[in-house]
Amino acid sequence: MSTELEAVLGKQWKRPHFVTNPALRWGLTIGFIAYLIAAYMTIEINWSRVYEGLDRGAQFVLAFMTPDFVSRASDIWSGLLESIIMTVAASVVGILISIPIGLGAARNIAPLPVYMICRGIVAISRALQEIIVAILLVAIFGFGPLAGFLTLSFATIGFLSKLLAEDIESMDRSQAEAVRASGARWMQWINYGVQPQVMPRLVGLSIYRLDINFRESAILGLVGAGGIGATLNTAFDRYEYDTAAAILILIIVIVMALEYISGIVRARVQ
Amino acid sequence: MPVKQQNGTAIWRRRTTKQSLMHWAMWLIGTAIFVYCWQQISNATTWFFVWDAPRIAGDIWTRATPPRWEYITQLGRPIWDTLNIATLGTIIALFLAVPVAFLAARNTTPSRFFIRPIALLIIVSTRSINSLIWALLLIAIIGPGVFAGVIAIAIRSIGFCAKLLYEAIEEIDAVQVEAITATGASRWQVMAYGIVPQIMPAFAGIAVFRWDINIRESTVLGLVGAGGIGLQLSASLNVLAWPQVSLILLVILAAVVISEWVSAKVRGAII
Repeated sequence: MSTELEAVLGKQWKRPHFVTNPALRWGLTIGFIAYLIAAYMTIEINWSRVYEGLDRGAQFVLAFMTPDFVSRASDIWSGLLESIIMTVAASVVGILISIPIGLGAARNIAPLPVYMICRGIVAISRALQEIIVAILLVAIFGFGPLAGFLTLSFATIGFLSKLLAEDIESMDRSQAEAVRASGARWMQWINYGVQPQVMPRLVGLSIYRLDINFRESAILGLVGAGGIGATLNTAFDRYEYDTAAAILILIIVIVMALEYISGIVRARVQ
Repeated sequence: MPVKQQNGTAIWRRRTTKQSLMHWAMWLIGTAIFVYCWQQISNATTWFFVWDAPRIAGDIWTRATPPRWEYITQLGRPIWDTLNIATLGTIIALFLAVPVAFLAARNTTPSRFFIRPIALLIIVSTRSINSLIWALLLIAIIGPGVFAGVIAIAIRSIGFCAKLLYEAIEEIDAVQVEAITATGASRWQVMAYGIVPQIMPAFAGIAVFRWDINIRESTVLGLVGAGGIGLQLSASLNVLAWPQVSLILLVILAAVVISEWVSAKVRGAII
């Protein structure tokens, strides 16, 4: 019998801990509790204000039961249409730009200088948030959907290029090599050796990004970059909860529909 | 294999004639939709401002550089608030997401036809609305401040965490659960000894991953008044103090990079 087993024989079984090192475990626990106390001490919560607000919260929940699609129908409709237009245009442009950048950011295809440049573009695009980019672009290009369109395109590039590049890097080399051995030019090599391998993933990711872009387009209006966000903000400011609830319900329905479609498409291409 | 006959020889083709016609029709419709969208955007744009944009961008750049470094002394508290919003929001979200995930997973839900759809609805609706919109709503209800930010982040994260967690629960090894059940364990004991140990690594990974995203999101919550460094950003933007704006953007960038690094390290250690 092994000594390990002898050591535990006759003792009661205890559940193994998630973090095995006891010093680290206790350190993490104590540090965490200390942080929680510090955080709780520094947050000011105005409980009486919260208590007053519960009324309005209840009103809002009730508004969800009786959403008002009618009285601001034209505003809601035009805002929603603008959001959809921005989403579609930005997704198309973003996907078109991110394909060459994705190719450039894959180490097994691109030479080192191109790889560094493309990875740099991806890193910048991923580090900056949509809303901050939108603020800067609104300051530069003025109010309107153009700033939103550019913001979403920029964000799409970082997301899609990175995932596409990772997919290309993990592709099967032998297929690409076989095409190259037949004397294919570079374009033909990409077209027949690489593209068929990454296409299903690219289609899936593109539709997923379309979904994300629509969700993001709903907030760009808060900083003046077009879309439904401006209408929603106005509805909140005027305490028209029933209109706000209607807009939120529409957003949720569209996102659900997009998720459903993307599920079908992804199942078909894979 | 689609083949075309030409002068008696067979030529290989990628698609049959019908397939390529369908293909072209799809591209045509897609292009038409895009052109329509672009026209709409173009109609809503004041092109004079766009042609003027390089000059404006250059102007903003000269105003924003160099950043006003001494302003950083006033940013300590907002950064601490931002960290608190992200961390406390994540913790609250995890507490709420665990029961939702167990109710939504096919193998643990008490009722497939009544409770599971409700849990899925909670997941979808909290996930599809951005934290900024939740913050806007909560500010209208409970007033501006850090607390509204914490709750907004928490609500937004429920759907995300619960979705990933219920997928992890659905993928567990049923044999271990059966073994615990065979010892005569109660429903709760099965959960604690059969299911929880299996999803613990996934849970920790999700928590850190969401915390990383929440740090990003909480930096901008202040734009609508929900506390954190975004408040300073919006105040600086409102008075056109571009040197302060550029410093705040640098700080936000640093926070995002650090949180991503921490999350990658922790997830690397867990998995």
